[in-house]
Amino acid sequence: MTALAVPAPRAKSRFLLDRPEIMGPLFIAPAILYVLVLVALPFLLAIYYAVSAYTIYDPTYRFIGLKNFTDVIASEVFRRTLINTLVFTIGAQVIGLLLGKFGAMLLMQEFRGRGLARALVVLPWAVPVSLATLAWQWMFDSLYSVINWTLIAVGLMDPAEPWQWLGQQDLAMIAVTVVHAWRLFPFGVVIFIAGFTSVPKDVLDAATIDGAGFWRRNYQIILPIIAPIIMIALIFGTVFTFTDLSVVYLLTRGGPMNGTQVLGSLAFQVGILSGDVAHGAVICLFLFPFLLVAVIFLLRMLRRREI
Amino acid sequence: MAAVSTNDITKRFGDVPAVDGISLTARDGEFMVLLGPSGCGKTTLLRIIAGLEKPTSGEVLIDGEVVNDQPPRVRGIAMVFQSYGLYPHLTVWNNIAFPLRTQGMRRDEIKRKVAWAAGLLSIDHLAERRPRQLSGGERQRVALARALVRDPSVFLLDEPLSNLDAKLRASARSELKQFQKTVRTATIYVTHDQVEAMGMGDRIAVIDRGRLRQVGTPAEIYEQPADEFVASFLGTPPMNLIERDGGSLGFRPENFLPRELLNGAPVVEFPFRIERLEYLGSERILYGALDGRAAKREVTAKLPAHAALDGISPGAWHKFAVREKELRYFDRDGRSVRNPQGTPP
Amino acid sequence: MVAVARRIAATGSFYAAVVVLVTFSAFPFYWMLITSLKTDGDLYNLESNPYWFNAAPTLAHLEYLFTDTLFVQWLMNTALIGVCVVAITLAVAVPAGYSLARAPGRSGETLGIGIFLTYLVPPTLLFLPLSRVVSGLGLQDSLWSLVVVYPTFTIPFCTWLLMGFFKSVPREIEEAAIVDGCTVLGAFVKTVLPLSVPAILTVVIFAFTLTMQEFVYALTFISTSAEKPVTLGVATDLIRGDVFYWGELMGAALIASVPVAIAYNLFLDRFISGITGGAVK
Repeated sequence: MTALAVPAPRAKSRFLLDRPEIMGPLFIAPAILYVLVLVALPFLLAIYYAVSAYTIYDPTYRFIGLKNFTDVIASEVFRRTLINTLVFTIGAQVIGLLLGKFGAMLLMQEFRGRGLARALVVLPWAVPVSLATLAWQWMFDSLYSVINWTLIAVGLMDPAEPWQWLGQQDLAMIAVTVVHAWRLFPFGVVIFIAGFTSVPKDVLDAATIDGAGFWRRNYQIILPIIAPIIMIALIFGTVFTFTDLSVVYLLTRGGPMNGTQVLGSLAFQVGILSGDVAHGAVICLFLFPFLLVAVIFLLRMLRRREI
Repeated sequence: MAAVSTNDITKRFGDVPAVDGISLTARDGEFMVLLGPSGCGKTTLLRIIAGLEKPTSGEVLIDGEVVNDQPPRVRGIAMVFQSYGLYPHLTVWNNIAFPLRTQGMRRDEIKRKVAWAAGLLSIDHLAERRPRQLSGGERQRVALARALVRDPSVFLLDEPLSNLDAKLRASARSELKQFQKTVRTATIYVTHDQVEAMGMGDRIAVIDRGRLRQVGTPAEIYEQPADEFVASFLGTPPMNLIERDGGSLGFRPENFLPRELLNGAPVVEFPFRIERLEYLGSERILYGALDGRAAKREVTAKLPAHAALDGISPGAWHKFAVREKELRYFDRDGRSVRNPQGTPP
Repeated sequence: MVAVARRIAATGSFYAAVVVLVTFSAFPFYWMLITSLKTDGDLYNLESNPYWFNAAPTLAHLEYLFTDTLFVQWLMNTALIGVCVVAITLAVAVPAGYSLARAPGRSGETLGIGIFLTYLVPPTLLFLPLSRVVSGLGLQDSLWSLVVVYPTFTIPFCTWLLMGFFKSVPREIEEAAIVDGCTVLGAFVKTVLPLSVPAILTVVIFAFTLTMQEFVYALTFISTSAEKPVTLGVATDLIRGDVFYWGELMGAALIASVPVAIAYNLFLDRFISGITGGAVK
């Protein structure tokens, strides 16, 4: 009969599954939906609560404008909290960065047991935050602290007056900072190593030929080249520390007397434990401008990464 | 006087000798090419001369002095790498100035020298740009300026043209050669491209599997190859090699011509059956086989454009010949020998 | 002679530095281990040297942990949550990553970065409103609240990772499949997915470890002991009144930490590559 079978005309919808312009958006829709519903919406909800007088004991919605904001900013506890958050964040980043670079230089040398050393160095970052913090809580215990025992044993501490790591204001600040830095520095080590090994060999050879010794090679050549990568890691680290709740909550519950509260733990205390959702939401929102700045920096670094 | 000498340099990685006892001399002002296939050890040798690798045994001498224990920066050398190795975060100006800064030179002195080097390579207008904003040719010139600015005794270049596209390579080649003639510094240049080597080198050192096969001017190594490897490596298409008495008989395709074109000098005839013809515009290449002679690969003849082609076509036999003085003989170890008296080729 | 001495001093101080660093990182874990194996008498004794056993080690704490607490229940909760979250993450992030990798022009890159940025939005910003949403949905005190919420941070990161991976798969393979008769979906499933097994495995491990590490949402949404994941249960429930059961606590912490630590070590390089946007391989 006919050599060519001509198909009967079909509706345009027949080739839906073949069209990238349909499949593309379809594939990505669930992800966008998830992000919108469970990230964007709650964020808007937080603003909604922040300008209301919503508590779980009185969940009627009353719009009261920015009164909550003024309440919170005026609060002494809040100001202390803000300072603490900054102190912990900056302190932990500095220590974490220094230890990270130092650790990277050590772990880049070839030596026996290097694999094991690297695995052990990564542990603080790899392990769940709550479990690691519990170990430190035990190490800082008011009676049985192993740190105190050691300091007493070498004569640096008076056994009659053991240091209350989690009970005295200054010591508690140090304790929290140390735990944060301890969790952060392995990330720094890994990033530094990855950065160092990504510098093209030709550039290093050229620097050697051009007469650059060890320190000059490191600080004038390698560091500027890997700066964007380090910055990206720094931004992540800063965000993780700034927005932390777990370490403070588990070590000190924000004590002594709100002395080590951070934004996250204070928001939890006010919004959940005390049920004052509105004020809690305001505290949470204070995280946002900081986050925005971090995001902008991150974007610029991502763009600069192909130098 | 020798600018650079290597004395029996050997470099082993484990059991494998990457460089196997190479002794070489590059004279003042000379453009010496290290030529060989990938992995033959030429780059390793260059890096040993530079001081980026330590030899397992042997000595490197620069300007008459043994420099084995000296780091690169005091050897008086400058190097241009395959990917140029420009500092990506510095401007062109700072790239060139960097080696002078490490020497602690005074600022006005640095300015003067950088300006001189940039001027010589015509890149003054690029001073404020970053490497990523430059084309391949421009980057090469920056790398050269950076090498030049230290007034070295020797330039070491590691395949600097291989990252340029073909069109650019030819002009970059002549620019490089001009440059070297102007500064008159001894240069050691590594490449696997024999056309580059022949075009640029004052002398060529042919290296294979860590060993030096022959050193000579382009004419010397082309016309009097020391062994089969050198004979095959240079020349496109490669020299025809026919089995003879356990060894080989060799003749270049451009010397393998129809009998009627070779009048005058004594010749040796070979009946040649042509299998196919390639018309390349400026020349024609004929591929085929010889009657009764075993050859390592297809026998080729390279005819100039205007040579007459009567009777020459695929499938036909034709009498071809080679002038006696163009024949080369190799013994069973592949080394070049003179024709043993009397025996017919 | 001097040179040799200097060499020894340099090597010695190098190894000393390494030991100090490794001790700083790993000591708390040693501390967890030894605490969980010491008798209470040995543990709560101010006189004895805490660094080693002064009485014979005991498995009593671990026994107690496994028989008289909800530890096993918590481990199972975590496993259940992990599996569900990984499933959801794969179902959403794999197509999303692919779609972004193949999107024409720069829109894919931009949208990809946008989604990745939501990884930076911390639980401490959203936990309060989300707690209201969760109780509104009736999921209060149930581990299913976590199954619903955890993908909010696993999806962005995993989409970004997968996008980077799919970009490196050459288009020719899918195009050949399409010419050979597949739909877009078919080409994807038949040609790209089989090549993506290592990347998908990485995503599974990451999603699982991210889930295991989470604490804030768990703390906020769940108060019933039996519903708690292990990171929460261990931190809150191994306390009677004001007394911490340190032996059990440390044992539980150690046991729950080990799988995560191992997983991280195996997949570290990919994580770094993902975070730096592929600048570092």
